[in-house]
Amino acid sequence: MYRYDEFDASFVNQRTEQFKDQVRRRLAGELSEDEFKPLRLMNGLYLQLHAYMLRVAIPYGTLNSRQMRKLAHIARTYDKGYGHFTTRQNIQFNWPKLEDTPKILEELAEVEMHAIQTSGNCIRNVTSDHFAGAAADEVADPRPYAEILRQWSSLHPEFSFLPRKFKIAITGAPNDRAAVQVHDIGLQLVRNDNDEIGFVVYVGGGLGRTPMIGRKVRDFLPEEDLLAYSEAILRVYNRYGRRDNKYKARIKILVHETGLEELKADIEAEFEKIRYGVLRLPDEEVRRIEAYFAPPPLEVGSATSDVVEARRASDAAFAQFLKHNLNPHRVPGYTSVTLSMKPIGGIPGDASDDQMDVIADLAEQYGHDELRISHEQNVILPHVKLEDLPALFDKLVAAEIAEGNAGLITDIIACPGMDYCALATARSIPVAQRISERFGTAERQSEIGELKIKISGCINACGHHHVGHIGILGLEKKGEEFYQVTLGGSANENASIGEIVGRGFSSEQVVDAIETLVDTYLGLRTGNEETFLEAYRRVGEEPFKEALYGAA
Amino acid sequence: MKVITANRLLNGDVVWLGENQNWVERVTLAKVFEGKDAVASGLEVGATAEKNQEVVGVYEMDVTIEDGVIHPVRLREKIRAAGPTTHPEFGKQAQAVSV
Repeated sequence: MYRYDEFDASFVNQRTEQFKDQVRRRLAGELSEDEFKPLRLMNGLYLQLHAYMLRVAIPYGTLNSRQMRKLAHIARTYDKGYGHFTTRQNIQFNWPKLEDTPKILEELAEVEMHAIQTSGNCIRNVTSDHFAGAAADEVADPRPYAEILRQWSSLHPEFSFLPRKFKIAITGAPNDRAAVQVHDIGLQLVRNDNDEIGFVVYVGGGLGRTPMIGRKVRDFLPEEDLLAYSEAILRVYNRYGRRDNKYKARIKILVHETGLEELKADIEAEFEKIRYGVLRLPDEEVRRIEAYFAPPPLEVGSATSDVVEARRASDAAFAQFLKHNLNPHRVPGYTSVTLSMKPIGGIPGDASDDQMDVIADLAEQYGHDELRISHEQNVILPHVKLEDLPALFDKLVAAEIAEGNAGLITDIIACPGMDYCALATARSIPVAQRISERFGTAERQSEIGELKIKISGCINACGHHHVGHIGILGLEKKGEEFYQVTLGGSANENASIGEIVGRGFSSEQVVDAIETLVDTYLGLRTGNEETFLEAYRRVGEEPFKEALYGAA
Repeated sequence: MKVITANRLLNGDVVWLGENQNWVERVTLAKVFEGKDAVASGLEVGATAEKNQEVVGVYEMDVTIEDGVIHPVRLREKIRAAGPTTHPEFGKQAQAVSV
């Protein structure tokens, strides 16, 4: 895993010192809130409904046990004993005091962490596949490229005042688990006929109030051109992106208003000017950074394990966990394990300080000290020996993170919503909790199969509702919470934006409406193997509409 | 009927403008302002407090009085006055004083 070099360490320390001084000047009255706000946002510090909120970067969702223990320590010492994993693979603390934040940043710096690029109109923390470096379907590990992008984009002076924020995601596998097509730049690693590594490049995807699927601008961008091409895109965006209206300032609007062909020509023209310059990636540099992500030594083992099979036969909860929470590993005898941060009726993405400590211990004991945070708000142990699964599962049960529900109806993405967020128009978490309780039995979830519900508490769509198989958007209508339902969204390699099914539902009605949709699906699917999304794509919205609102 | 609210600069706590230009921790202790002019004078007090690094994000919000007790009108403000509905153990609702 990547280690800071002396350059990283020095700029993170500098930034921490700077922020300490900025907080001092703010409290002394030398900086007004208007002057201070952009500075605190550059360090991940927001002011929410009840308190400040600190968003800590977890670059491409990768961390080790030492870092996880530090997060637990911060939750315990400076917050209220918990943290919240976000849809950008980061973690948020909901109750820090302004006066404590410089100290928190110092503590984070001790374990090579910080809150840079978690806010503001800059290139944000790059996200990636949470099974990176482990998945059987992977072309190559995307994290070295994510790291190269991080080094290039961190505090990039030219791109520190973009028209709006800018998000990059990268996947190394054809099965996209990083939602690359709904990012400002989406990258998918591929190999060409000569076995060379390159990228499919998408531009202009995004959610928010104007959801759009990214447009493909390159079928194969050679590895060496990654930074020059990214810089070309950013330059075109920085020059032409709208600054007159913050709701029209993302690159997706530029793509839409300019037209793909013209914009592509602008990008290519800019690229030609710089492609042979300093940004050309030398092969030895890529290989050097790749070495930081060298996989742990994994002995090839048997693809099945007797102890696992014996336990599977005798323990239904374990069987359910195996069925849903494992992802095939490229090394036989290993698997990637999803630790569900979605207990039935619980708060999606919340982890207590004690749970974080347990997770750190388990990573050391069973996972070669590697951890990942998924954009679906779960925690992953990427390299677990099959034989260790029974022992690991027992410890997960004790820590209440053993729900075998990854990818199922209770594995809900939800933004913090109006329980915390100053922008929210309705609550998200309580809706997620009620849906989770409604469908929470093992049999019911398993019968329904893969179904991704995503809930946002306002049109900014942090809960990714547009790409939920069922999406729920919380709004306010006449002073009451009110929920709009979309169907047919998806964030994978066949990405699509969900369609609004009809008029919205009150908070009391919305869970019943979801159940109606689920029952309708169960009634019309061709068999257990046809997922909700497949069925929806086959039959369209009519049967669902009719079930919800009656025949037209 | 309005009250003036903000967050304390130092710790982010939700506060309301009370009597004697004090910032209070309970909406029930807030000073109620009726009429445009009264609200404007309340906001002025808020602006001064902002300049003095006491609070940030000053604004006015609607309230009603039921049985002599101040209640926020909007759900957002009800949640600010109480704490996250998902965490009854945190926020003002967790403190042993009537909300």
